[in-house]
Amino acid sequence: MTSKRPKSTGNGVGSKGKGKDKKNDADSPADSVDIFPMVLTSATQEMFGCRADEDVTGDNPYKLLRKDDILQDMRTRAAVSDFSPAKQLVTDYPEEEILLVYDIDFIHGQSFYLVLTVETKDKMLSLPASEEGVAAEAVPSEVFVQEKTPEPQPWVSLGSEQEIEEESVTDSRPRLKYKISRARREFGARVCFSSRNAADTKDGHMECSSYQDRSFSLRQMERQSAVQAIPALHSSSTQTIWRYPKNMCTQYEPREFSEEEKENCLQSESLKNFVNSVAWRFETALQQNEIMDVFLDDWKALKEDDGGYGGKADTHLKEYQSFTDLHFSKEKTISDINWHPTINGVIAVSVIERLSFEDRINASTKLLLNPSLILFWSFSDPINPQLLLECPDDVFSFEFCPSDPNIIVGGCMNGQVVLWDISAHVERLQGTRSSGGKNMAANANAFAFEDKRAEETPVVRYCAVSAIESGHKAPITDVQWLPENFEVTRLGVPVENKSQICVQVITCAPDCCVMFWDIRTPRMATQPMTDRRQKAEEKPLENPHGVPNTFKHLDLTWKPLVRVALPKIDTSGEYSPLKFSLQDNTCDSHTGSNADRPRLQTERSEANPEYALLRVPSAKHVKPLEDVVSKFYVGTEDGELIYTDWKLEKDHDSGRLFSKTSTRLFLNDGYWSQSRPAVFFIGKEDGNIDVWDLLEKTHEPSQTQNITTAQITCIKPWIVSSKQHLLAVSDHLGTLHILEVPWTLRTPSSNEKLSTRKYFEKEVDRLVYFEKRMETRSKEKRDMEAEETRKRTEPVMPEKAEEQILEEALKDYKDYLALEKVILKDMGLLVDTDDSSDI
Amino acid sequence: MAEVEETLKRIQGQKGVQGIIIVNAEGIPIKTTMDNTSTVQYAGLIHQLVMKARGTIRDIDPQNDLTFLRIRSKKNEIMIAPDKDYFLIVIQNPSD
Repeated sequence: MTSKRPKSTGNGVGSKGKGKDKKNDADSPADSVDIFPMVLTSATQEMFGCRADEDVTGDNPYKLLRKDDILQDMRTRAAVSDFSPAKQLVTDYPEEEILLVYDIDFIHGQSFYLVLTVETKDKMLSLPASEEGVAAEAVPSEVFVQEKTPEPQPWVSLGSEQEIEEESVTDSRPRLKYKISRARREFGARVCFSSRNAADTKDGHMECSSYQDRSFSLRQMERQSAVQAIPALHSSSTQTIWRYPKNMCTQYEPREFSEEEKENCLQSESLKNFVNSVAWRFETALQQNEIMDVFLDDWKALKEDDGGYGGKADTHLKEYQSFTDLHFSKEKTISDINWHPTINGVIAVSVIERLSFEDRINASTKLLLNPSLILFWSFSDPINPQLLLECPDDVFSFEFCPSDPNIIVGGCMNGQVVLWDISAHVERLQGTRSSGGKNMAANANAFAFEDKRAEETPVVRYCAVSAIESGHKAPITDVQWLPENFEVTRLGVPVENKSQICVQVITCAPDCCVMFWDIRTPRMATQPMTDRRQKAEEKPLENPHGVPNTFKHLDLTWKPLVRVALPKIDTSGEYSPLKFSLQDNTCDSHTGSNADRPRLQTERSEANPEYALLRVPSAKHVKPLEDVVSKFYVGTEDGELIYTDWKLEKDHDSGRLFSKTSTRLFLNDGYWSQSRPAVFFIGKEDGNIDVWDLLEKTHEPSQTQNITTAQITCIKPWIVSSKQHLLAVSDHLGTLHILEVPWTLRTPSSNEKLSTRKYFEKEVDRLVYFEKRMETRSKEKRDMEAEETRKRTEPVMPEKAEEQILEEALKDYKDYLALEKVILKDMGLLVDTDDSSDI
Repeated sequence: MAEVEETLKRIQGQKGVQGIIIVNAEGIPIKTTMDNTSTVQYAGLIHQLVMKARGTIRDIDPQNDLTFLRIRSKKNEIMIAPDKDYFLIVIQNPSD
């Protein structure tokens, strides 16, 4: 083919140059006519001297072989000869010598090949010499051919010059030139402004009036708007919860030393030195504090005392109101007063007959017809009582229940204890207080009904009455509720009160008994079924007198819980108590109870406890309270005051506090002031009220005021508000006076409590000292007596007669005079006088 | 030992003193006249306060040192005397 081709035949030689290998594949099919690949065995190789790698190598692969030799070989070895396949070809070969090429790279498929044409042989043999030159020549020419540059051809217009012409900017007409000039003198000259009316010329002003733009009145029925869907881009993130340990709570204990370590420290020298060196600083500081309190504000302390000067003149108890009833309190006297604990302005008094015991017996039949009453007065109505409580007999003392002001307990003259429940009438009492004004208006209007109104005062019968046999045998002189913190078991042990309401009452009477009563259903060990059924049947029974069923379980069967007798301490016999007073007891578990009390009271008013359902708890379930003092003070008929214990155990602590004092005037009643710790009020038999101020005078009352002509039977103070303190005083005539306590008597001075306490402590110390003195005195007396007896047993000394004593005295005097003379003589002062005249 | 007792008694005998505590340098009470709960409470809190106060004084002037600390509150006064190894705390109610 072309000059490119000769390279292929030189492939065997140039097989070292790798670049020419690629031509080989195209060449080999074209050379199959000239080339005859064949295999030569080693025997044949030896025979012809063309051993591989020895005679013929890669460098010199050509071997010329004689045709005759080959033919000879073919004849001798016939089929076995290697040349047998090429027999015909060899025979046809024109020349004498045939070329055998060692094909080291197996280009033609076998290790040798025969070149069958002369031209090829020539070419092959001649090639190795000029092969290099041809190859070198071939390459540049090839490259040269490829890099021939394109020849420029004529430009064919495709219409683009029109576009260019359109785009280009050329002048359509020659450009105009203007020259503008201004006179030089006008530069910087003054400018004259003149006005001109815009309407002078037609074009003076240009008006742009508003018009309705038609384009906006057109409604676009169709509008093209482009919508493009975009992928919603969400931003989200996650974060692993890195749980790191966090302190929820720590519980720790303070470090402390054990006993030995403490001892070690205490014994050490350094501690001793330290304490010694440091002690003086402390003493200085402590004494500084003691000497003068630098933080005390003197001005502030002064201010509190200052107010006393203003109202000094006003120390009288002013009369505020007085109540008396013509119907009910005529010929009667008031025995006890009680303010209603929750409703302001309501006060209850118990009225009893003003007769001595004998008269009572004489008039007993008449008395049975007149019922005994407790009257309720309200400040809004001074004439008519608001409520009447009926009693089986005259009530000497009564009290409102502190936890439920609708329950009232009273003690009668016949020894019975009575209970009332006024829940049904509470609104009436409250209504009169709050709507006092309205009532007056209604009164004026309803004049005709006045009589009816007077009769409308409701009468409440008692709910329950104690059993006559088990009550007191003498008139009950004092009744008190036990505070709601604790209650008392059958043995008198104070235990925890689970229900937190007052359920127990203490009464005392001159029959030498103090009794505890419980208003709950008593525990029966065995209650026969018949009784229970009977009770169930009785329930639907209508109570005939309209009495509420609150205490039905107690009526007529009420027995006291505990009966305490008061044996006398020094002598035999018993005390007959008239009044008693309990200590204020608060117990551990209810320290906050005082603060909660007002709240509790309002709660309780909505849900009145069912007293019938309350049961006295068994002694096992309640916790006994150790810190409740079960001692109380009792005032007796003989005028003594005793401090004793109600527990049914041997008590070591009772004592008699002071023995009877005889006063000319009986003191009938007294009460401590509720706001000033050093003040108390005493009511006397002559109708005077004594106000004692312990800080002013301790041996007599600080002031006396006459209230009424009859004797005063009861005093009770009450705090209505911080500005108004009232004192209720009742007298023998049946009138109830309400007095207002002036500012001086109701406002405590600063440190009054402290001063009063100090006064009492002083008094106690004085009494203790007194006792000690008595003891020492008695001891001295005994000693003296012992000495005297001792003296008497000794030999009696001769008694000097009186004259003898006188003589001796005279003798002494004479001796003295002589001595005097001698001294004076020595001093040279003596004047000789008559010494007998002056004696 | 007896001297220490005697000194403490003298301090205790002053008017209004409510309690005395001796605390070591780490805040552990060694001797006290009050109940245990209050003692450990006072010791722990006051120890921190004294450390702070002492640090303050020394920061201001390194040559200086705290000798006495008095804290007056509404109800009482706490006096503390610190030392190298111990401190003594006295609580007084001065108005009594």
